[in-house]
Amino acid sequence: MAEMKSRWIALYVENQVGVLAKVSGLFSGKSYNLQSLTVGETEDKTISRMTIGVKSDDITFEQIKKQLNRMVEVIKVIDLTDVPLHMKEILFAKISKVSEEQITQLFQVAQVFGVEVVDINQDSVILESHLTEKRNDDLIALLKTKFKLISVVRGGPVAIEAISTGNR
Amino acid sequence: MDITGRKLFVKALQEEGVDTIFAYPGGTVTDLFDELYKTDAIDLVLPRHEQGLIHEAEGYAKSTGKVGVCLVTSGPGATNIVTGLADAHYDNVPLVCFTGQVPRALIGNDAFQEVDIVGITRSITKYSVTVHDRAQLGKIIKMAFHIARTGKPGPVLIDLPKDIQTASGSADYPDKVEIRGYKINEGVHVGQLKKAYKLLKSAKKPLILAGGGIHIAGAYEELKTFAEKIHVPVVTTVMGKGAIASNHELYIGNCGMHGRYSANKAVSECDVLFSIGTRFNDRITGDLNEFAPKAKIVHIDIDTASISRNVVVDIPIVADAKIALDKLNEWAEAKNTSAWQKQIEEWEQENPLEMRRDKGLSPQMIMEEINRQYPTGIYVTDVGQHQMWASQYLQLTQPRQFLTSGGLGTMGFGLPAAIGAKIANRDREVVCISGDGGLQMNIQELATAVVQSADVTVCVLNNYYLGMVRQMQQLFYGKRYSATCLRRRLTCPPDCKGPNDKCPKYVPDFVKLVESYGGFGIRVETAEELEAAFAEAKQHKGVPRLIECMISTDELVLPMVKGGNPMSEMILK
Repeated sequence: MAEMKSRWIALYVENQVGVLAKVSGLFSGKSYNLQSLTVGETEDKTISRMTIGVKSDDITFEQIKKQLNRMVEVIKVIDLTDVPLHMKEILFAKISKVSEEQITQLFQVAQVFGVEVVDINQDSVILESHLTEKRNDDLIALLKTKFKLISVVRGGPVAIEAISTGNR
Repeated sequence: MDITGRKLFVKALQEEGVDTIFAYPGGTVTDLFDELYKTDAIDLVLPRHEQGLIHEAEGYAKSTGKVGVCLVTSGPGATNIVTGLADAHYDNVPLVCFTGQVPRALIGNDAFQEVDIVGITRSITKYSVTVHDRAQLGKIIKMAFHIARTGKPGPVLIDLPKDIQTASGSADYPDKVEIRGYKINEGVHVGQLKKAYKLLKSAKKPLILAGGGIHIAGAYEELKTFAEKIHVPVVTTVMGKGAIASNHELYIGNCGMHGRYSANKAVSECDVLFSIGTRFNDRITGDLNEFAPKAKIVHIDIDTASISRNVVVDIPIVADAKIALDKLNEWAEAKNTSAWQKQIEEWEQENPLEMRRDKGLSPQMIMEEINRQYPTGIYVTDVGQHQMWASQYLQLTQPRQFLTSGGLGTMGFGLPAAIGAKIANRDREVVCISGDGGLQMNIQELATAVVQSADVTVCVLNNYYLGMVRQMQQLFYGKRYSATCLRRRLTCPPDCKGPNDKCPKYVPDFVKLVESYGGFGIRVETAEELEAAFAEAKQHKGVPRLIECMISTDELVLPMVKGGNPMSEMILK
């Protein structure tokens, strides 16, 4: 069995109705393992950039890139897999029904992870994180061990190629 | 001066050189039909069902290489062309299909005859788009024709809301269009091609595998020249059949599931497989681990995504078949392949492609008769056993002579595609080879043939069964003929093994049926009647001629390789 590995693609596409459906439909239609997909306008309003995370073997990944490339609406496919990147994911975590002591703990967690407390009342706290996907996973894992009522919303990773090497 | 969308629609078709449109009216396209009514530059073909319509457009496009144009209404009109779109997408048939849509203000409201046809067809078209803005209409139609006919051709769908058709806007239709995301491979990597040529040159048992890409690229002469210059034998896929003349001394036959014994042996034993314009479909390869096990493989294809998808190849080359072959012909020099050719000939002698001739009318006899009667005709098949017999036994000598639904395997393709081919080639004979199952899937198109004076010859091989599935049941499912007998009634015993004298004679009576439409029908029960039936059918000009050939239920398509098995494991008897 070929090695399954997480990989990243940046995709420049026409900023038009239906393009997101077409791209995501490729993954479902051909049973490709899509892990995350984010999309937003670029500096040019007619073009959107997607950041796509997939888990696949080498042959399937080549096929995914080719299939994306042949779509009329896809302008450019960039393989980010082994490229130095700046990659971050936004995450909000609302922790509810916590004691005063737990709120103090949450502030400590926030400090250690480098995330912000952006909202608070007597018994709830909202954290906002801009970490890597992996660090966000770690943060959620930690919060789950300490607190009962957690509600998490994540944006999916976005990435841009680094200009100096070594940033990752 | 501004004009309406409907006027621009007709203007665009004319500028694209469209001479025929396959169209069925309905509520959301009445404006376009009204506009077509006013022009005599475009012939309108009215079918009897939208599925027939799109296969007719496919027959038109496949037989000429031109873009087939369809116009249907929203909702059911649009969903009825879905199968044809998938068929055209799979076999790379250039089509531009216009679907009516409810007015923009009603989209999403579950309006009468509203469907999200662009959403439905996204994965079975090369491009599909709704026109949301009248200002974009000209550009979108231009894009559609460009995308449909260039690169690897395919179907494009344009969804036209009713209010776009009546809205005013610029009268301009662009001469050309730039699409930044659409890249066509127009060149060839010469270094890579040279490497491939050297590999072929060094081979002891070289073999060319030609696919449907030869037809699409129109690379017939180039392939013939190349094969002749280097003396390398050629096998074809079903879609590639006719890429080189069937009677050419270097041609072996089809390979694959129902390929010729010698052709499959050659693929299994060759040391270099030089493949052009094929996607290595599972019907060609069988078990991938055992496919061409001794060969280094060269793969030339215009579609990067076809390369190293099914078969991992040694030398991939992204190029149009014609461009690549032209370049190869600059280098090609004779090779001595006589020992290899002799070996292939021995395989052919070992198990020749031949059906028994002792028990009455056989499919092979019918194919041979068709060849004798219409040597330069266009042959169009439906899907099933008759299709494979046609692909095995018909001799092809002309470009674009064999039209078949190869990829999707769409029953019901044959008759309408033959009508479309006839409409596009009035000066040529068109023969539809069909089965009693597939013909009934679009039998209503006999009416279209009559009103269009499309005098196609429909040769039905009637064995009372859905024969290809029956064959699998006979060979692999203990002769349990589940739902394959077309005469089966409620009163039949559950374990019936075959026809007997209690069966209704004809369901339906095809001869009477074609007569009821105004065509000519004749039934052939014995081999002796065959020639005379064709001769009589020929007398009936201007109407469809149906020749119903009663064949034995037991006829099998052989050789056969069970799906997923290695190509070396052929069932021969």
